[in-house]
Amino acid sequence: MAWETVIGLEVHVQLATKSKLFSGSATTFGAEPNTQANVFDLALPGTLPVLNGEALRMAVKFGLAIGAHIGKKSVFDRKNYFYPDLPKGYQTSQLDHPIVGKGSLTITLDDGTSRTIGVTRAHLEEDAGKSLHELFPNDTGIDLNRAGTPLLEIVSEPELRSAKEAVAYLKKLHSLILYLGISDGDMSQGSMRCDANVSVRQQGDSKFGTRAEIKNINSFRFVEKAILIEAQRQIDILEDGGRIIQETRLYDPDRNETRSMRSKEVANDYRYFPEPDLLPVVIDDAFIAAVKTTLPELPDLKSQRFQSHYGLSDYDADVLSADRATADFFEVVANACGDAKLSANWVMGDLQSVLHKSELDIAHSPVSAHALAGLISRIKDNTISSKIAKTVFEAMINGEGSADTIIESKGLKQVTDSGAIEKLIDTIIAANPKQLEQYRSGQDKVFTFFVGQVMKESKGKANPAQVNDILLNKLKK
Amino acid sequence: MTSEMTPKMNDALKQGVAELARSLARKDFTSVELTRAYLERIDQHNPELNAYVTVTGEQALAQAQAADQARAAGTAAPYAGIPFAHKDIFCTSGVRTACGSRMLDNFIAPYDATVVEKMRQAGMVMLGKTNMDEFAMGSSNETSWYGPVKNPWNHTLVPGGSSGGSAAAVAAHLCPAATATDTGGSIRQPASFCGLTGIKPTYGRVSRWGMIAFASSLDQAGVLTRSAEDAAILMQMMSGFDPKDSTSVDVPVPDYLATLDQPLKGLRIGLPKQHFAVGLNPEVEKQIRAALSEFEKQGAVLKEISLDNSHLSVSAYYVLAPAEASANLSRYDGVRFGYRCDKPVDLEDMYKRTRGEGFGDEVKRRIMIGTYALSAGYYDAYYIKAQKVRRLIKDDFDRAFREVDVIMGPTSPHTAFPLGSKTKDPVTMYLEDIYTIAVNLAGLPGLSVPAGLVNGLPIGLQIVGRDFSEAQLLNLAHRFQQATDWHTHTPGV
Repeated sequence: MAWETVIGLEVHVQLATKSKLFSGSATTFGAEPNTQANVFDLALPGTLPVLNGEALRMAVKFGLAIGAHIGKKSVFDRKNYFYPDLPKGYQTSQLDHPIVGKGSLTITLDDGTSRTIGVTRAHLEEDAGKSLHELFPNDTGIDLNRAGTPLLEIVSEPELRSAKEAVAYLKKLHSLILYLGISDGDMSQGSMRCDANVSVRQQGDSKFGTRAEIKNINSFRFVEKAILIEAQRQIDILEDGGRIIQETRLYDPDRNETRSMRSKEVANDYRYFPEPDLLPVVIDDAFIAAVKTTLPELPDLKSQRFQSHYGLSDYDADVLSADRATADFFEVVANACGDAKLSANWVMGDLQSVLHKSELDIAHSPVSAHALAGLISRIKDNTISSKIAKTVFEAMINGEGSADTIIESKGLKQVTDSGAIEKLIDTIIAANPKQLEQYRSGQDKVFTFFVGQVMKESKGKANPAQVNDILLNKLKK
Repeated sequence: MTSEMTPKMNDALKQGVAELARSLARKDFTSVELTRAYLERIDQHNPELNAYVTVTGEQALAQAQAADQARAAGTAAPYAGIPFAHKDIFCTSGVRTACGSRMLDNFIAPYDATVVEKMRQAGMVMLGKTNMDEFAMGSSNETSWYGPVKNPWNHTLVPGGSSGGSAAAVAAHLCPAATATDTGGSIRQPASFCGLTGIKPTYGRVSRWGMIAFASSLDQAGVLTRSAEDAAILMQMMSGFDPKDSTSVDVPVPDYLATLDQPLKGLRIGLPKQHFAVGLNPEVEKQIRAALSEFEKQGAVLKEISLDNSHLSVSAYYVLAPAEASANLSRYDGVRFGYRCDKPVDLEDMYKRTRGEGFGDEVKRRIMIGTYALSAGYYDAYYIKAQKVRRLIKDDFDRAFREVDVIMGPTSPHTAFPLGSKTKDPVTMYLEDIYTIAVNLAGLPGLSVPAGLVNGLPIGLQIVGRDFSEAQLLNLAHRFQQATDWHTHTPGV
C-alpha cells in the first residue's frame, strides 16, 4: 500500500514592531520579567486596546507579497479561555474577517521542480505571556512581557505532500518575512513558530484522513522530523486496522516522538465574538497602494533578474536570492568587481564557509563587500592567482587589511615577467636531468612534477598559465 | 466634635455647580470651607444613606487648597475648587476603585481614568467615590458588595441603579454633582427616582479609558446634577475624543452653555406610543403629559410615533450585555490583582473559588447568561439574533428622526420602589429599564429631567436625540427648567 502524507501548516510570525499589538509597551526579547507590561498588558480594569498601525501595515505588506486579497473591512474577535498567562481571559484575534485573504507561495524542491502552495489566510492576533514553572518550588511565575506581542498567523491550505515540502514552504516563508522586514524570523526565540496539521491517506484517495495537529515546533529540522514520525505513527495505526483520533499532539525532540496533549485542550469552546472595544478596521485602496510602494524586490523576481542580468545559473541565483542580505552583498561585490560568476562563487563558497564557522550572519561579515570585490579584482587582472587569493582572503579575515595591502606587504604579486619565469624554468630543468629524460621518453605525467617545482620555487607567485606555456616549449626541445 | 454649620455654608450646600462657580469667584467662601462643609455633611448622613463607599477627605482638602491658591493668584480655571463625586467605576490613581464588588475591594488603580484626569485638570475637587450596583449590573443599587443605597426622598425606597450612590449623593446634597455611567439606563433611571438631571451622552462622546467595563458596546459615562446647566458644565469637561479609547469619536465638542437658552419654536417632539402603553403608571403619565404641554407652550409640536421593535429591546439587551460582560469579567481570575480565594489547592480551585466568592449573584447570573449565549451551537440563535434586533431598533430611531427632532416619554413607568421588592425576581428588575435600554442599543444620547411628583416622589421625563445632539438635549432640559421648578424640589434628609 502506498501512503500519502497531507500537511497544512499554521505559522505564527512575531512581527518586528517596536510596541505591542494593542498597547505601547516595548516588545524587546529577554527583558526582566514583567518590566514590559503596562496597565493594559496586565489587563487592569478599565484599560482598552488601541491597534498598532505598524502591525497592520506589516500584515498588509505580507498579504501583498503573497498576492493575497486584502480584506477591506477587517474585524477583531475575542477568543475566550482561562489561563494564567492570558491576562484578559481572552485573546484578541481574528475569526471571520482576517486582514489577509487567499494568496499563494511558490516553493522549489531539491530536484529543481516548483509547486505553488495556497495560503488560506493570515490574521493578526496577540501573543500570550509565559508561565514559568521552574523558578519557584510550589508556585508558577507569570511573565507578561510577551503578552500582547503582535503575531501574524499564516495558515496554508492542506496542499503539502511531504515533510520535505513542508520544510521548503517554511523556508520560503522565512525568507519572505525577512525580505519584507516584518519579523526577525528567529525560531530559537520563538519569533516564528509552527503548528503542523498532519494526516495520511492512500495514494489516489480524494478524501483526507483524520488529522492530528502538532503544536509549537520550533526549528526547520524538527518540523521535518515531527511530520515524518507523526505520519509513520498514523500509518502504523491504520495498517494495524486502527483509527486516527483528531487531537492535538506535542513533538518531543529528545525522544523524537509525538504525544497526545490533554483532550481538554481540544474540547475548549472559545466563544468567539467581535471585540467591542475595537471598531472594524477599514483598509482603503490608498492605504494598500501606500504599503505597496514599500515592497522590496521579492526573492522569485530577484532570482530571475540575477539570471538574466548577471548570467548566473538558476541554482546560484536561487541560493543567492533566498536571503535578502546575501543577495544585496552579492550585488555590491559583483557590481564593484565586474565579474558576477566569480563574485557568486566567492560569496557562496569561501565567504559562506567562514561565516558558517564563526556563526556570523552576512551583515556582520569580517570582510566587507567592497573588500571582497577588491580581492576578486586582483584575480581578474592577474595580479594574483586563485590559489594565492585564498591566502590573501585568510589574511583579510584576520584583519590584516585590504587585498592590495596584503599582496604588497607579503609580496604575493604574481610573476608575469616571462623572462624571469624562463630563467627559473631553465634552472629547474637543469637541476633535474633524470625527470627530463623520463618526460622526453614519453612519460607525460612528469610534466606536473616540473610545474610543481616551478610553483614551489616561485612561492606560488608565478603565473600558472605562463608557466605551463613556457615549460611545455622548453621540455619539447 | 461636630461644628454647627454656619447659615452661609448651609446655603452654599444648596448651590449647584454654576452658582458655586460664581460664589467662589466672588469669594463668598473658599473652596476649603465648601469642601469642609460637604465632608461634614457626608459624615453626618452617609452612614444612613450609604451613598459613598470611599470618602477622600484629605485629598479633597488638598485639592481645595490648591484651587484657593490658584484663585488668589488669578490662575484658577472657571470651575476650580468645586466639589463633586466619582462613581466608583472610574479608576482613580491611588484611591480604591471597587466597582461595587468584593472582587475589587482591595484594588487600588495605579492610573486615572480619562474622565478623572479631565475633572482633575479642571480643578474639580473629588470628595469620594460613590456606591453602585456590582459592576454596574442592577437597577436598584441593591447588588453592591457595600450594601444598598437608600433613596434620600424615602429611606425605605431604592435610589435606582446602577448609579444609585451618585444619585443619592447629589439628591441629598452630599455633593453638588457626580459622575455616573449608563449601560441600559443606569444614569437616567436613578435621575428619575431621585429628582435629578441625568445625561447619558452619545456612545463615543466620552472616553471609556479607565471606566471599568460592563458591556463595552453600551457603556457610556455621563453626569447626575441638579440642573441642566450644571450638566452642561460637566459634560463640557468630560467630553471629547480620546486616542486611548478606540471607540471614542473624533467629533468636535460644541459649547454646551452657549446654546442652553435657544428657543424651541418649531421643535418636533416624537412620543413613542409604546412608551405610553400598558404598564405605565397613570399618575406618572399624567405628569409626563403635563410636562409635554410645557414644551408645546414654548412652540414645540407633539407627534405620536412608533418604535416598532421597542418590545424586543430588553430581550436583545439581556443577550448582548451579558455576552460582552462574560468576557469583560474574565480578567478577574485572582492572578494579578483583586480578590483571591484563601489557600487555593490548584489553578482550577483558585479560579472557581476566587470567582465564586468574589462575585455576587447578579454578576454570576449575567456571566452565565452571556457565556451560554456565546456557546457553540447557541451563538447564532442568541448573539447574532440579538445583534440583528439591535440593528432593527437603531433603524426604528433613524426612521423616527426623519419625522421628529427629539423623542420624549417617561424615563421609568413608575416612581422609586421599595428596597427588596424586586430582588427575588430578576426579570421584573430587568424590565425596570424598559424605556431606557433601546437608547443604549442605538448608541443615542438620552437625558432625564425632573418632571413632576407623584405621591411626593419625583419622576423623570426622558429626552432622546440624534447622535451627538447633547447640546440640544441640554437646551431643552434647560428651557423646561426655566419654566418649571421640579428640579428645585429636594428631599431634605
